Formats: sequence, C-alpha cells, structure tokens
Amino acid sequence: MRLASETFRVLRVDLATGRGTALEFGAVGEILGGSGLASALFERFGDLAAPWNAPEQPIIFAVGPLTGAFPLMSKCVCGFKSPYNGQYAESHAGGRLALCLRFSGYHALVLTGQARVLSSLTVGSRSIELADVHWLRGQDVFATGKLLRRVGGAGSSGHRSILRIGPAGENGAAYACINVDTYRHFGRLGSGAVLGAKNVKAVTVVGDADFALPEGREYPKLFKRVFDTVTATDKMRKYHDLGTPANLAPLNRIKSLPWRNLQATSDEGIDGVTGETLAEQLLLRQTACAGCPVGCIHIGLLRQQFAKDHEYLYRQVNYDYESIYAQGTMLGMTNASDVLALLDETEKVGLDVMSAGVALAWATEAMQRGLIGEAETGVPLAFGDLNGYLAAMRRLGAGAGEFYRLLGKGVLRAAEAYGGEDFACVLGQEMAGYATGELFYVAQSHGFRHSHLDCGAYAWDQEHAEHDVEGAVRFLVEDERARLTLCCMVGCLFARGAYPQETLQEALASLGLREAADNLERAALGVQKKRWSLKFRTGYDPARVRIPKRFLEVTTWKGTTDPEYLRSLSEVYSAAIRDLADDGADDGAASGTAPGMASGIAPGPANGDAAQGRAGRAD
Amino acid sequence: MKILRASRMEQCIGCYSCSLACARLVHGQLSWSNAGIAIRSSGGMTTGFEARVCVACDPAACARACPTGALAQRRGGGVKVRRELCIRCGQCAEACPVGAIHLGRDDGAPYVCIHCGRCVAFCPQNCLELVEAAAPTPRCELGAAGDGSDSPNSGRDEEAPDAAR
Repeated sequence: MRLASETFRVLRVDLATGRGTALEFGAVGEILGGSGLASALFERFGDLAAPWNAPEQPIIFAVGPLTGAFPLMSKCVCGFKSPYNGQYAESHAGGRLALCLRFSGYHALVLTGQARVLSSLTVGSRSIELADVHWLRGQDVFATGKLLRRVGGAGSSGHRSILRIGPAGENGAAYACINVDTYRHFGRLGSGAVLGAKNVKAVTVVGDADFALPEGREYPKLFKRVFDTVTATDKMRKYHDLGTPANLAPLNRIKSLPWRNLQATSDEGIDGVTGETLAEQLLLRQTACAGCPVGCIHIGLLRQQFAKDHEYLYRQVNYDYESIYAQGTMLGMTNASDVLALLDETEKVGLDVMSAGVALAWATEAMQRGLIGEAETGVPLAFGDLNGYLAAMRRLGAGAGEFYRLLGKGVLRAAEAYGGEDFACVLGQEMAGYATGELFYVAQSHGFRHSHLDCGAYAWDQEHAEHDVEGAVRFLVEDERARLTLCCMVGCLFARGAYPQETLQEALASLGLREAADNLERAALGVQKKRWSLKFRTGYDPARVRIPKRFLEVTTWKGTTDPEYLRSLSEVYSAAIRDLADDGADDGAASGTAPGMASGIAPGPANGDAAQGRAGRAD
Repeated sequence: MKILRASRMEQCIGCYSCSLACARLVHGQLSWSNAGIAIRSSGGMTTGFEARVCVACDPAACARACPTGALAQRRGGGVKVRRELCIRCGQCAEACPVGAIHLGRDDGAPYVCIHCGRCVAFCPQNCLELVEAAAPTPRCELGAAGDGSDSPNSGRDEEAPDAAR
C-alpha cells in the first residue's frame, strides 16, 4: 500500500449500527487535506440547516497528505457543527492521533448517527468495533482513559490513540473538549459535546497498517533536511525549553497579559507563574506528539498533601501559555501549584481550559459586583482563591443548576440572564490570552475559528503602533491562508519556520503528489474561500459580532484601545471575509483573485512569519 | 563489534522518530511497527516510555529457535538476518526473552534490531547509543549452553554528551 494517493481514503461509521463504509473521496490537488478535507467532508455529509446535535450531523477527524511521512506533521483536524455558535467549526489536536489515523489506513474518520447506548468506538485498518460502555457514564477523563486501556478488543494493543470526553461532554457543555491521549485536546468550540450528543464516550484509533516507502531519492533527502532543521538548529529550541509559557513574563511586561477578568494587563504577581518559575520548580518532563522530535508538551509535577502527617499524592499536569493565562492570571492566581491543581480539575471534567477559566473569571467579577451570589454559584468566588474555583469547576463540568448550565453555554449566555455583558471577555468565544491591541480583538472575534491560531494578529499588534487598516487586514487574510496551507498537510503551527511553502511543495512532490505540489497556492486559496463560505452558510454574520466594552477599557503598551481604529478594522475585515465566502459559495476557487482586493485593499507581500521572535506566540 | 543500547530511556519524549527511522532506512517502509526498535508507553502517557529492542544475547535464543538459519548468531551479540531463508514460523518471536521481535502483520516476517545504529541519529533526546560489545553483555538463560554470567552491562558510555538539540 502506498502512503500517497491522489484521492483520500475515508472511513464513515454509522453510530446507530456500528457499521462503516470505506470510500474514496475528493482530490488531493484540490482540497489538499486536513482543514480542506474536513470542510469538504462536512459539506458532503453535514446538514447545514440542522442543529449541531441532530443525529445525522457528522463529526470529522482528518489528517493530510504529509501525515506519517514528515516530522511535525503531527496534527489532526476535527470538523463539526459547534454547540457554542451553531456554525461549522474546526479544532486541532496533536498527541498520537494523527499518526494512528494515517497508519489505520485512512485520511479521515467521519462519524454520523447516534449510538443507542453510551459507546466506545475502535477503528483500525482491519477493525471497526462499537462497544457498549454505559458503565463509563459520568467518569472523568482520566478514569475513562485508564478503564479503556484495561478493556480488551481491537484497541487493546499496538500504537493507539484514545480520544475521550468527560462529564462536561456528556452534559452538553458548549465548550466541552475531547481529550486526546491525556495531554492534548480538541479544545475549543465544543467538539466534546458533539461526541456526547452522539452517545460516544471514547474513540480509539489503532495505527496498525504499513506503507511502502516512496520511490526515488527526493524523499529521504528531504526528510533528513527537515529533521536536521528542527533538531540540529535552534529553530525549535524555545518550544522544548520553556515552551509557550516563556511568553507570560514578556506579555506581562508590555501590558498585554489579561489579569483578573481583564481588569488589568500587568501585575507584579507574575513571578509566581512565569514559564521560568514553572520550569525551575515544577517541570517534571517534556513529551511529544508522535512523529515530532521537538517535544513541546510540558508536564508539571503537582505534589499535594492530602492528610495530616506526611501524606502526599502527586499528579502530572500539562501546562501551556494559554492554560496558565486562562486559569492563572485571568483568575488572579499567582501560585503555580494552584494553577496546576485547577488545570487538573478542568482536565477531569473535560472542559476547554480557556473558556472555562474565562467563564469563572467573569463569574468572579459578576459576584464582586453583586449581579450573582452564592445562591447561583454555590461557593464563594474570589480572584486568587483556589478552593472556590475547584468547587466551581466541578459544578461547571457537571452542569449543576441553572447558573452553571447557562455559564456552560458561554459567558454571554450567562450575561444575558444575569447582566454583565460589558465585562464579558468574549471575542467570538472566551478570549485567548492576548490583550495586545485592536487587531487581535478584531481577529479573534471575527476569525474563522475565533482562535489566536487563525493568524498572527497578536504579533502585528506588537509590531505596529500605527493604524494601517488596510495593511493589517491584508495581513490577517494572507497569514490565515499561510497557516491554513500547513493545516491542510496537517502540520503543527510551530513548524511554520521549517515548512515554508516551497518546502511543502517539495514534500508533496517527493511523495509523487505533483499536482498538489504545483497547485498548492491556488488550492489553499480555494480551501480558504470554501471554509469561509461554509461558516457563513451555517449562520455566521460578521455584522453581528460585538466586542464587549471591557476591551475598550484596556490599557496596553500602546495606550487605551482606539474605538475608531477598532471599528475600521472590523468593517474592512468583515468585508474581506465576506468576499472570500461569496467566492467560496460560487465555487470561485479557480478565480485566483487575491482576497482583500475586492475590498479596496492593495495587494502586498505575505507576511506569514511576522510573528517570529517576539513575545506572544503561544500556538 | 558494536551493539545498540537504549541506555537513557528516562529522557525519552515518545516521538517515535527512532522506530520510524528504522522502518524507513533499514526496512524500506513507512511503518510504525515494522521496525527493530519499538517504543511503548507502559499503561498510558503518565508512565514514561520504554524501548523494546534486542539486548544482544550471545548465544541468542531467537537464533537457536530459528529452524532455517534465517536468524544466525552475530558476533558481539544479537543476530544476523537473512530474510530469504525465513519461512515465517514465528518461533524467533516466541523465543525472544524480552519480546523484542515484531512479526509483520502483512508479511509475517521478523523485525529485529540488527544493531546498525541508524536510529541513533534520529533520537533528539540522546536516549540511544552504539557501544562496543567487548564488555560482557546480558545473557539469555539457555540451560547448559549459557554460561550463567550475570555481569552487569558495562558498555554504557558514562560521558553522555548533551542532547542533540
């Protein structure tokens, strides 16, 4: 069997019957893979008008043409209709899933229908098993992983990846995540709730197939070159060393780190939770996604006394920049062990760490202002108080009571009921940790995934004090496309420096995928348009995006937010993505018109790597 | 004669670059399984990683079990493999005391480390090394044929260079 093929091999499993169909789908030269493949599969199998939890809606896991063949091609794209906003959404995760899926013989797994009982699905190259796991109902993410590893069946040995949801996913929380191999996640926009609605507690993917080596000398030569680039040079060192938490201190220094529900952007308490502090005091080890020699996953050792005398337990907790921001500084927590303890609780219930942290930050301020009380929260909440947050996190995951059920739908849903929209730190979804300025607020609130990963707006903010609306919007559109190209392969965004477009083209050609190599730029533009079109057709309207007042009150290194610049950016970016979506709806991928030009934005050089080398790059 | 040792697996990050390199460079495949070195997390990601790789027995139990001579004793420990002689009986894998021989799912062939060391350069954490086999190596218990030596392996390079990053 050859790894590379001109079409994609997709397994569609009907969860109602447990039966699957393997099919050939699409053309690599057109939809590329990963993000392009997931959106094309959603268009084929999804019902754009039906709600997110309609049984027929698919949830899609897709890898790309370079998965399994090159280093750092270690990510998997999940496509689904989001319970958070009802729109087509994407979330990306690492771990072992990408390699397992490719070595199971498929480029994508599409789950449709609803299982009759709470079930666990196992997929390998020669197996499809849907097992009744009703006994896992309510189990947390870690217990679920342990119990599944003990159970026999197709997924009991070999290289496997275990996806599972916690109670939050079973309860339909709109930002419930899917945990992948303990330390990675499909975090944002609620893929965990989609699995929960399908009655799927876990999916195990077994990578048990093998492929022939590509012919010719190009492939081994290029592999070695890329491998040397990422290991023998300093290019990736920062990701392995302190990892993304290296950004905490610099962002705090330039007044861009959200503290206490974004009441401040800098605080003296930073020393307790910097990347340096974590590394020196709590870092236990680093680990890697399968197929990536970098090892950027940082595991902290949390030692806790659980009884009198010298009675201790220990936990191993994954930490990143985003998680320390969302459940550290955003909650006024300045003790690193406290942050790890809260992260561990969040992992167990299976919530997205960013949304969950920002939700509790909003709840804390709402309580301070008297909009809610203990009648709603069940426990007192105060910035910096770990015990209150631990108890609240359990309630949030369990959807315990009306308040937490609403908060689990998103901060704005709770604010609609209780007030406090002005200080809701929501940009399309709960904000990522970059109070860097106007462009980031517009980029996250309007962006495709409402994620800091859509483009490097946080870096642009740090580099550009001037208000160049057209230049900024052109950067958003072009940087999104550069990142999207990698997300079609599917590479880690940390690998941007190792995989410029020419290298991706060489890689595709070395596998014999010459059409995809030659057509890469054009196809990426087509995918970008198609994806935007899908988002619009599932209900997205940028005119309805609101940026809460809190973001206008923020002071960063540039001063306070300029409402006029913010409005202009919003207007011009909205027009640019609407143009992309219109072209995508018309199947305008072949037009090749540079997006943005139609909005009067002059074309200019792509600046996809503008984010290199400055604070605030925590992908 | 040198042998491969997974001497510093405590430093492993679980990237599988070694297994993938062995499959590519030694066995001419893109495979996660058909390799002479396998990395396993023993019971989940929280437990770290272990390498399943030939420990270079001399005499080698797998060579003794092989009925065709496809696996033959290698000087310094381990085995030489002549794939064309193999009848896919799988007795080598059964005989290996440390479970270091993988039988290919499709071809039934044994995949065992040949101590060529090509994986070493692909470990970003410096977990692997090629060492001189002159020092006593671990011995399989083979009844009267074995000499029963339990001398510790002294082949490890104590001056471990910094991780190659």
